[in-house]
Amino acid sequence: MTEIAGKLIADQSLLIALALVGALMGASVVVSRLLSRGRIHASAIAILAALALAWWGGVLTGGKKGLADLPAFAGLALLGGAMLRDFAIVSTAFEVDAAEARKAGLLGAFALLLGTVVPFAVGVGMAWSFGYRDAVSLATLGAGAVTYIVGPVTGAALGASSPVMALSIATGVLKAVLVMVFTPLCARLMGLDNPRSAMVFGGLAGTVSGVAGGLAATDPRLVPYGALTATFHTGLGCLLCPSLLFLALSALV
Amino acid sequence: MAIFGTALLALCTLLGVALGEALGMALHVKANVGGVGLAMLLLMAARAWLARRGWLTAQLRLGIEFWAALYIPIVVAMAAQQNVVAALEGGPMVVLAGISTVALCFTLVALLSRLGRRGDD
Repeated sequence: MTEIAGKLIADQSLLIALALVGALMGASVVVSRLLSRGRIHASAIAILAALALAWWGGVLTGGKKGLADLPAFAGLALLGGAMLRDFAIVSTAFEVDAAEARKAGLLGAFALLLGTVVPFAVGVGMAWSFGYRDAVSLATLGAGAVTYIVGPVTGAALGASSPVMALSIATGVLKAVLVMVFTPLCARLMGLDNPRSAMVFGGLAGTVSGVAGGLAATDPRLVPYGALTATFHTGLGCLLCPSLLFLALSALV
Repeated sequence: MAIFGTALLALCTLLGVALGEALGMALHVKANVGGVGLAMLLLMAARAWLARRGWLTAQLRLGIEFWAALYIPIVVAMAAQQNVVAALEGGPMVVLAGISTVALCFTLVALLSRLGRRGDD
């Protein structure tokens, strides 16, 4: 019995992950109907449950990949990894209304710029109030508030210390998680019901994972528009944070 | 055939990611600059071209739309492998920075998306 299970775990990890995600989605549909009469989107519940499971997996194994660190669920790392995530995001562009996307282009670009500068400023301000005074640490912590990739890239470029890098990554991951959880709850407040606002949202909220998860749980039709701007977020952050924003910051401190 | 659609999707994604990497190198940035977005634009262009030629068959569409339909399950799998423990254990500075960033960005989305709509009317 355990031998068979061991073989399945070793050889069929992607299929186990597909079955697990399917079961999770199914359970979420039931919970959504019973507890909220369908008002809370089933995908929002599934994403929350997945985050809770990721927390549990992290506590259990001490690893960095949530539930995917448990050998039985290692297939989640492939199914939910960057390759298939990007593949699936690109496929949603097949339904994009090109005219709609073009109309919001300039506003989206403006949101993208704000989405880099504002989190950086907030991150720097928070680090300052917690006693950090050197420009390198401040910039690395500010960059972490942009995305969890911009943080370590900036830190590595500037030569930040390892604990500062860890805090910077943690800020970015927390931001992605918060965006995933709170987007469906705040969707109406943000006016998030059309392609234009989805593009603004993608630019400002950043982090492809946060935007992808948040919009999927709000209205799947908006996903491609949000992803279209969000995908430039990390690149722009990696471009501006260690250069222009760092120089501006070192002139100030 | 459905594989034509999936292959087209793969080709667009690969080309887009390669362009994003090239753009990153050209800008001296250690990241992929807009690869996914460029891939999306390529796919939109390919779709328009196929439609003009009358080659946009139901089977070809299926090869792409299947992946679009799997998008949410893939996002759920992505959520299940986030480092949630680290996100929650970062201490008060991390929590405060995360919450205030998200709150401020959401407020700006609310402002900008309304601003945009008023300009449209």
